Amino acid sequence: MTRFLIRRLLNMIPLILGITFISFLAMSLVPGDFVSNLKLNPTITPEVIHQLEAQFGLDQPLMVRYFKWLWGVLHLNFGFSLQYRVSVTGLIASRAFNTIILSLSSMIFSWAIAIPIGIIVAVNQNSIWDRCLSFLAFFGMSVPSFFLAFLMMYLALKTGWFPIGGTFSPDYATLDPLSQIADRINHLILPVFVLGISGTAGLMRLMRSQILEIKNSEFVRTARAKGLSERVVIYKHVLRNALNPFVTMAGYSLGDLLGGAALVEAVMNLQGLGLLMLEAVRSLDIYLVMGSVLMGTILLLVGNLLADIALVAVDPRVDFSSVAAE
Amino acid sequence: MNVDGAMQANLQGAAVAARQTSGIAREWRLASRTVRFSAICLALFYLLAAASPFFASYDPTYQNREMPDCPPMSIHLNAPSDWSRGLFYTHPMHMNDPIARTFVADASRRLDIHLFTRGHLFTTDSEREPYFMLGSDGLGRDLYSRIVYGSRVSMCVGLIGVLITFSLGITIGALSGYIGGTVDFLIMRWSEIEMSLPSFYFLLALAAVIPSGMSTVATFFMIVAIMSFISWAGFARIIRGMASSVRSRPYVEAARALGASRWRIITRHIIPSVLGYAIVAATLSIPGFILGESALSLLGLGIQEPAASWGNLLAQAQDVQNLARYPWILIPGIFIFLAVMSFNFLGDHLRDRLDPATSA
Repeated sequence: MTRFLIRRLLNMIPLILGITFISFLAMSLVPGDFVSNLKLNPTITPEVIHQLEAQFGLDQPLMVRYFKWLWGVLHLNFGFSLQYRVSVTGLIASRAFNTIILSLSSMIFSWAIAIPIGIIVAVNQNSIWDRCLSFLAFFGMSVPSFFLAFLMMYLALKTGWFPIGGTFSPDYATLDPLSQIADRINHLILPVFVLGISGTAGLMRLMRSQILEIKNSEFVRTARAKGLSERVVIYKHVLRNALNPFVTMAGYSLGDLLGGAALVEAVMNLQGLGLLMLEAVRSLDIYLVMGSVLMGTILLLVGNLLADIALVAVDPRVDFSSVAAE
Repeated sequence: MNVDGAMQANLQGAAVAARQTSGIAREWRLASRTVRFSAICLALFYLLAAASPFFASYDPTYQNREMPDCPPMSIHLNAPSDWSRGLFYTHPMHMNDPIARTFVADASRRLDIHLFTRGHLFTTDSEREPYFMLGSDGLGRDLYSRIVYGSRVSMCVGLIGVLITFSLGITIGALSGYIGGTVDFLIMRWSEIEMSLPSFYFLLALAAVIPSGMSTVATFFMIVAIMSFISWAGFARIIRGMASSVRSRPYVEAARALGASRWRIITRHIIPSVLGYAIVAATLSIPGFILGESALSLLGLGIQEPAASWGNLLAQAQDVQNLARYPWILIPGIFIFLAVMSFNFLGDHLRDRLDPATSA
């Protein structure tokens, strides 16, 4: 266990270095930089521009800038957002909170719906419910999230039942804490639905195929032969064994917590990390982009690691040596 | 030797029999209604892409300044006595409120819609008096014609992307599996880096590299290259694993024992056994490319105006006012949805047909 953990954590170092360097390189390949927009402004003198370039370190060669950034990161200094003029850490933290709330709620939404439906559908295989819901799942899997987001925005516009995009109302700051929470939840309903629907469809299909596979195995036949009730067979024997891949999935979806919602955030104007990242990319705010990429990478790696650990914990057939070998 | 010959003859007989009963007609009979619908949808979309100038009614960049944000127009069937003028007509529309951009149809006048005229499937006499089947956009361009031309980008991005990803994946995966050692180690570490990328953020960061002044074709290939760069790694790893597991299967060992050359084993035994999976995976990964391109173009980082792609046609809907007043601008999204769903259905069907081991 300890050896496995140490190996995996050590493995992460070259991964993070590689990913951050590629991103840094990509951002430096972009023609122009943050200051080049200011150069077009006649009221800003060249001296000021040079001063800004020197202050942001934009006049130095690529490798020097990368290692300076890396050195800062090692001291937990993620740099300075050129656009917002505040530290990247604070900016990301405030936006990541919104994104994580959104992603977690939609995860809970899709798991809470998909697993029971998957079980019902698999137990009643080839029934009318099975056919309808399996078809609907395909539908749900294929609807592009941004298109669904547009449709929901249109629904909100036409019915007035839901707020039209945004994370909270304009008068959010003046509300009392309880109304603030209610306001946030009200704004969450549509995004959670949009984000959750494709996950629901995928999970339901997985649950269905898992149960169908296990339903025909020999230990289930044995359980039936022993005279156990159908209920016990399904819940104690089939379901427990069907849940294995879901443990792994939960870990992997942790890695998707920050990045998965980016597109929907952009369409529905939700103040999350995805929208921040998009603005940062558009305005070439390099340290903000790097900070977001780094956060996303770390969360993804940690999620994968947790997924592997959880798999070993629940499945006695898997041990750390076999996980490490993959 | 004798045994080998008999086996050969047997195999060839089986192959001939399979060829006789297979073919498109048999596949069509085996397919479910949804799969048939998907196949027709995709065939139609590729036809639109291949013959855009014919299917489009007008030049997709022509701006009819008098008719911005015009709603979809009605179509009427002429009485049989008037069929010499044409089968269909519409009532021309006029803007009655330039601020709110509302239109009224002039029911007293008939605008003939000509079929198979001037190299178009259907069109009107002049672009100045157009028939907007699916409405027009904010600059008065025909949305239907733009969707037809946009299909070129959106339908090709998947095919070309998959082609690049899979040739990279199969070559690198096989290379990694066969050479082994340091090369294998380095390739696998590199693919781990790529698989740990937060893909959408990374896609955004890379898309920013595309200079805005580039031509549409160049931008298109940049987008495809970026998405392939992100997605080949996972595929290469699977191919590597499959190739190395197939290598120790009894039938491969039997072939080796019979004295088959290494080349023969690879081309006749290993690649065919991986191919079924590869085709299924290829079909199922096309939607990812279509969605990736649409997302980038929607956010303004992909295909740029005045060129059309199904993604950038939706960009107009990002303004809530547009969405509320001109809901027909969401129609390109239906095309994206249909394309994605068709590839999903087709991929699922192919999995049942080609790769029975992994299907549920």
